[in-house]
Amino acid sequence: MSHHDNHVHSENHGSLKSYVIGFVLSIVLTIIPLVLVMNNVMSGGPLVITIMVMAVLQLFVQLFFFMHIREGEKPRYNVQALILGAVIVFTIVAGSMWIMTFNI
Amino acid sequence: MWENIKSFASTFFVTGDPLIYGADVSIVLTMFAIVFVLTKYQKWGWLWREWLTTVDHKKIGIMYLIASLLMLFRGGVDALLMRLQLAFPNIEFLHSDHYNAIFTTHGTIMILFMAMPMMFALFNIVVPLQLGARDVAYPFLNALSFWLFMAGAMLFNISFVIGGSPDTGWLAYPPLSGIEFSPGPGQNFYIWGIQISGIGSLATGINFLVTILKMRAPGMKLMKMPLFSWSVLSSCVMIIFAFPILTVTLALLFIDRFLGAHFFTMAGGGNPMMYLNLIWMWGHPEVYIVVVPAFGIFSEIVATFSKKVIFGYKSMVIALMTIAVASFFTWAHHFFTMGTDASVIAFFAISTMVIAIPTGVKVFNWLFTMFRGRISFQQPMLWTIAFIPCFLVGGATGVMLAVAPADYQYHNSYFLIAHFHQVLIGGVVFGYLAGIYYWWPKMFGFKLDERLGKWGFWLWNIGFYVCFMPQYALGFMGMTRRYYTYGWDMGWAPLNLVSTVGAFLMGAGFIFQVWQIAYSIKHGERDKTGDPWNGRTLEWSIPSPAPMYNFAIEPRVKEADDWWRIKQEKANGTYQEEKIELEPIHMPKNSGIPIIMSGFWFIAGFGFTFEWVWMAVIGLIGVAACMWARSFDYDTDYYIPVDEIKRTEASLGRGV
Repeated sequence: MSHHDNHVHSENHGSLKSYVIGFVLSIVLTIIPLVLVMNNVMSGGPLVITIMVMAVLQLFVQLFFFMHIREGEKPRYNVQALILGAVIVFTIVAGSMWIMTFNI
Repeated sequence: MWENIKSFASTFFVTGDPLIYGADVSIVLTMFAIVFVLTKYQKWGWLWREWLTTVDHKKIGIMYLIASLLMLFRGGVDALLMRLQLAFPNIEFLHSDHYNAIFTTHGTIMILFMAMPMMFALFNIVVPLQLGARDVAYPFLNALSFWLFMAGAMLFNISFVIGGSPDTGWLAYPPLSGIEFSPGPGQNFYIWGIQISGIGSLATGINFLVTILKMRAPGMKLMKMPLFSWSVLSSCVMIIFAFPILTVTLALLFIDRFLGAHFFTMAGGGNPMMYLNLIWMWGHPEVYIVVVPAFGIFSEIVATFSKKVIFGYKSMVIALMTIAVASFFTWAHHFFTMGTDASVIAFFAISTMVIAIPTGVKVFNWLFTMFRGRISFQQPMLWTIAFIPCFLVGGATGVMLAVAPADYQYHNSYFLIAHFHQVLIGGVVFGYLAGIYYWWPKMFGFKLDERLGKWGFWLWNIGFYVCFMPQYALGFMGMTRRYYTYGWDMGWAPLNLVSTVGAFLMGAGFIFQVWQIAYSIKHGERDKTGDPWNGRTLEWSIPSPAPMYNFAIEPRVKEADDWWRIKQEKANGTYQEEKIELEPIHMPKNSGIPIIMSGFWFIAGFGFTFEWVWMAVIGLIGVAACMWARSFDYDTDYYIPVDEIKRTEASLGRGV
């Protein structure tokens, strides 16, 4: 906090272009599953797989365009957080599926 | 027209219960009293400048503390009302709907609006001082977090006089919490109160994680960081990963209620058990989120009052961080009785038992720290010593509950109630009270009176066992939770009466503590040294209360207990003071945006609660406008000149 540099290094946090691309991509990836479900385009296994693929792509869009995962002086923390995040996301998704398979 | 207003008012306001009318009157009177006092003494400007717009972590911490004590009072009154009803089950002191509302608000308030803000109070007050930092990483966000919490808490709390309280239990399981069985605003109050304050909690988690990773004083490597800060780091990791799950779960529930979706309704192919699965994925880490900082507090206190370095620092760190991760692998033990495959139950039973190991490690570390120490039994240490046996029994009954076949007997019985109150009161409440007594001089510059505090301590402790030990027995006798009445022939009445007596003893303990605070403001022992307990960590190296910039000179850290090292070196004459010139200190400016933006969130939440879309839209537009205003505000910081630092330090009796 001792240096007056908080306005200066804001340039390396992505450009307007990258933000707009990210924004458009995230909206498109949200609309696709909605359209598929609302219009009954697909069903069953293929539908579930498509939605999951969209979700994973969404995850990467968020990480790269908004979370700036490639930046930072100490990427060590980024990597640690990302690994823990991946473990927890896996636990949430796989754990829920495992628990709930016996309940339907 | 008049008829319309009358019919609106009769559904908008809660009517028909004398207890509620009493509450209405007291709320109006209190508001008038506050406005009157502020106007009479012309304190509005002072309130706005010094408190409502502050970004100072110490003041935000104090506001969290005040809010949490008020919520402890409200949740406590809820508890006493329930205990009265259960002691005399047939007099209909509370009728069934009112009882349902009260156990719901008791649980929600105690966890989300009492334990969480009390924890954040200690985060705010202690962590930057312990790290040798001048503020948190994002001071503006910190103020915003507090006001979002306030907006959420107030939204939740007005439900009992406007619109009706939620009454489906503290985790609001569907289908009961769905629109079919809970029409009306009560359940929406629950959802939006928690959602709004939840944004604040998540932001606080991020804020303190960054503060701990980035703002430590030079020389303070992670493995030289005091254990309370380690416990905060552990808690923040859990907050960051758990709270989004809560937000999504409640959002899905709201979509079900508001837009008619079917995530959790059987009718449309949804599954209410999915809600249980999701909410406990947050709910289990949540209880660790609140208890882990208490472990950090005990570690600080045990070392200070035994005058020894903490035993097994490394194992403490490993235990704290193991819990942060392992807490995410145990959630299904909350619904073993749902009916699932044996493999699922076996996995979660074992993972639950495994998590007792790091906690056991910590208990041994505290005991070994005390072993052959010169223990002084002042208030913080008293609560710490009371905690150990209490938490031990609570943990042991937890392991009993983890034994899945036996859990089918204990599930939702008073045995469970007694268990989680024992870990939450014995662990969290005792821990935070110990922390408040310990750091109180640092917050306000005086100690809390010992004599009144001991009354409070013994009433709390005796009251606790009198209240909850009978409940274990009641559980074995077949009493399940959330009953508002039972027959005399069940044989539960005597033990329930005993339990109620215990609850009132704890209530009396709380009154003694309030008295203690009021008494000590005038008569409490003043802390002139800044180090009233002969402390070990950096927060005790500065005056009490700390000046707004905390440290005139950034400390250079060499050891974990750095202030202890400096004191030792000064005593034996080996201390070498580095000559460091004072520099202007860079500080954040106060801002009114957090409170205004939270006000708009409140409006939006209120609109969603009553499904008045126009109002929700107005609120959200206001929120967006505040974000806009903040984004283009570049005048957010200033420097404190060296002269002013010198004057401040001199007035605090410190030459620089």
